[in-house]
Amino acid sequence: MAKIGVFTCWCGENIAQNVDVQHVAAEIAKLPNVHCSIEYKYMCSEPGQAMIREKIAAEKLTGMVIASCSPHMHLNTFRKAAKNAGLNPYQVEMANIREHCSWVHRNREEATLKAVDLVKMAVAKVRKNQELVPIDIPVTKRVLVVGGGVAGIQAALDIADAGYEVVMVEREPSIGGRMAGLSETFPTLDCSQCILTPRMVDIGQHPNITLHTYSEVAKVEGFIGNFKASILKKARYVDVNTCTGCGTCWNSCPSKKTPSEFDFGLGTRTAIYVPFPQAVPAKPVIDQNACIKLTKGKCGVCMKKCQANAIDFDDKDALVEEEVGAVIVATGFKLFQIGKEQDLEGQSGYGEYGYDKYPDVIDSLQFERLASASGPTNGEIRRPSDGKVPKNIVFISCVGSRDNAKGVPYCSKVCCMYTAKHTMLYKHKVHDGVAHVFYMDIRAGGKNYEEFVRRAIEQDGAQYHRGRVSKITEKHGTLIVRGVDTLAGLPLTIEADMVVLASAIKPTNGAQELAQKLNVGYDNYGFLSESHPKLRPVETASAGVFVCGACQGPKDIPESVAQASAAAAKTLVIFSKEELTRDPEIAKVNEKVCAGCFTCQRVCAFNAIEQVDIRSPNGKLIKRIARVNPGLCMGCGTCVAVCPSKSVDLSGTTEQQVYSMVKSLT
Amino acid sequence: MSDEKEQFEPKIIAYVCNWCTYLGADLAGTNRLEYPANVRIVRLPCTGRIDFNLMVKAFEAGADSVLVSGCHPGDCHYTTGNFHARRRWILFRSLLDTMGIDVDRIHFTWISAAEGKKWQEVVTDITESTRKLGPYTAYQRVCGES
Repeated sequence: MAKIGVFTCWCGENIAQNVDVQHVAAEIAKLPNVHCSIEYKYMCSEPGQAMIREKIAAEKLTGMVIASCSPHMHLNTFRKAAKNAGLNPYQVEMANIREHCSWVHRNREEATLKAVDLVKMAVAKVRKNQELVPIDIPVTKRVLVVGGGVAGIQAALDIADAGYEVVMVEREPSIGGRMAGLSETFPTLDCSQCILTPRMVDIGQHPNITLHTYSEVAKVEGFIGNFKASILKKARYVDVNTCTGCGTCWNSCPSKKTPSEFDFGLGTRTAIYVPFPQAVPAKPVIDQNACIKLTKGKCGVCMKKCQANAIDFDDKDALVEEEVGAVIVATGFKLFQIGKEQDLEGQSGYGEYGYDKYPDVIDSLQFERLASASGPTNGEIRRPSDGKVPKNIVFISCVGSRDNAKGVPYCSKVCCMYTAKHTMLYKHKVHDGVAHVFYMDIRAGGKNYEEFVRRAIEQDGAQYHRGRVSKITEKHGTLIVRGVDTLAGLPLTIEADMVVLASAIKPTNGAQELAQKLNVGYDNYGFLSESHPKLRPVETASAGVFVCGACQGPKDIPESVAQASAAAAKTLVIFSKEELTRDPEIAKVNEKVCAGCFTCQRVCAFNAIEQVDIRSPNGKLIKRIARVNPGLCMGCGTCVAVCPSKSVDLSGTTEQQVYSMVKSLT
Repeated sequence: MSDEKEQFEPKIIAYVCNWCTYLGADLAGTNRLEYPANVRIVRLPCTGRIDFNLMVKAFEAGADSVLVSGCHPGDCHYTTGNFHARRRWILFRSLLDTMGIDVDRIHFTWISAAEGKKWQEVVTDITESTRKLGPYTAYQRVCGES
């Protein structure tokens, strides 16, 4: 026989003002199974909770209803109180007589009537409540980090240093990501590679880190604590274990004309190559499209020269399986394709800037390579067309950003800062040169950022013009940049030797496909969605999958690193326990009546429904039924609604509970 | 005063999702947005859970109108639950109509956690429209006493 305690709260005057709390308590006391009905000024206060605990223990209550505020406010408070007093926390229900009643109805009589109804509904529900026990699932204490840029590196090192195994997957032949290609970083102008490469080496040498470069995530199955990832290791044609990284092979490779991906086409590389000297691992790969041996069948110079016998032209793509308990996605960004990306009407964005037409119109990542000491010009600013040092250089910000018509509507966040940095790097290398900047607004929010921009303008003499550029043409090797200075209210034409376009930041290729494999949402632009923009910034809709860095939105290095450490911390929370505790309010299949139509499986957004064979003792298949994986089920109940035989039900909100609530209103 | 006393006070059952509309109604409370006291909320995890039976049960319990409200398309806490609810609603609307149930008494809407004002307006509108329709005595004629 159920013994239900009902505790009606005054919430000071908040409820009592518009609801006759004493009347509610008296009415509810008349209901069957209601063992005690008590009203009190503040149920959530410590004396209130103490009273609840005492009542549960003294009256041996089997269920309780708190009539007070929203369950989003205090359900956990009262569940804890119940648990402390020995009552199963899932035997607690709340009737929301504050937000949904006393605060929105002025007529005291009507509000009191409604409050009685709301409490009745909760009593009707709690009569049918079942004791639920949180579900424990085992945890594989290994993490998969997808992407080896600065965010991935930070997350991997944090977790590896905490003593857990990390599997890092990087698509390129080396880790390092975008940051490895940058020259110097704002607002301190410290050398990007100088701060990043030691971290890359740490990754390569860390005993807890397994590194898969030149690899991609092919498939991810499973759920929090229990993921199974298939990793496609692309054929490298070089055995990384025997290769010493001596460099004989790439120094002797006759195929030398492939544009370097790392230098964004400003330099060339050989067919067997390491992307940059500080690569981790410092072992080459063979580009199968450029290699003469692999395309035409003859050559093999590298194989003949290799002392370590590390070259294997028969190498094949391979799949590697890794079991992990959590996944961190840090796939980073690419730049908006100037003059190539088309809008809905098929117009390509910013073709008028001649990015593909004029070699001296480059994008900002290309400028980073020009300014980098390890770049194709060894750090000298020289025009790609004729190698001359540009004396007039124009930087155009917001190319693609904040442009609904031709680009993307969002702000790419870092361009204002790196454009200021570019003007400084230029001025520090070309003392007699002039740097012009066309800008919309200068957004320099961040520690020491505004000061940095002021330095570019005041000390390094960058000429900032507020306005847009309409067209770039070429005349006798000089770029004619036609724009407007909106502060002067005049058209402005600058004859420039070189133009640098700060193009918008977009998520990297394949980010959406990866998100689909991981069941993570993404926005219209392909940036992965966090589960709450403020309070859950690195979690995703998929439990155990975290995001960090620019794959989640445009970000600078400090933010990417901070977010990566946050993702690492969240991963370590999962690893801090032997078993994960999951909310038991999830779907459950009545296997006796399940007919095996699997409609539930088709509607489940979390792949939580599995097909299970029921067999007789001699192994004969009796029937195939649906079963809910408690590690994956999020408890939405969509399967309950579609089940034709009503074989699925949702613990905590069972069909009987809902029907009883509705029926109590009769 | 005599008019008000005679005014029909409908019974409205609202099936709402836990993450958007329930919080929208909470926000209406926090902002003290007044609306008629005719609505009784049943909190479900997601509108994806709401099936045909719940509609019928509500009318059996004497509801004069039923409201189904969840997250806006694309905002579902469970990614796609509200899309299933919408599809189901499109199908069942005609089925309920064929059965003789007055579909003007079933309301379907999206209210986000930020739309306390919309909750107030929706509930006020439904209460008003149901008042005009009068008590749903026809249901008993169609489906018999429960």
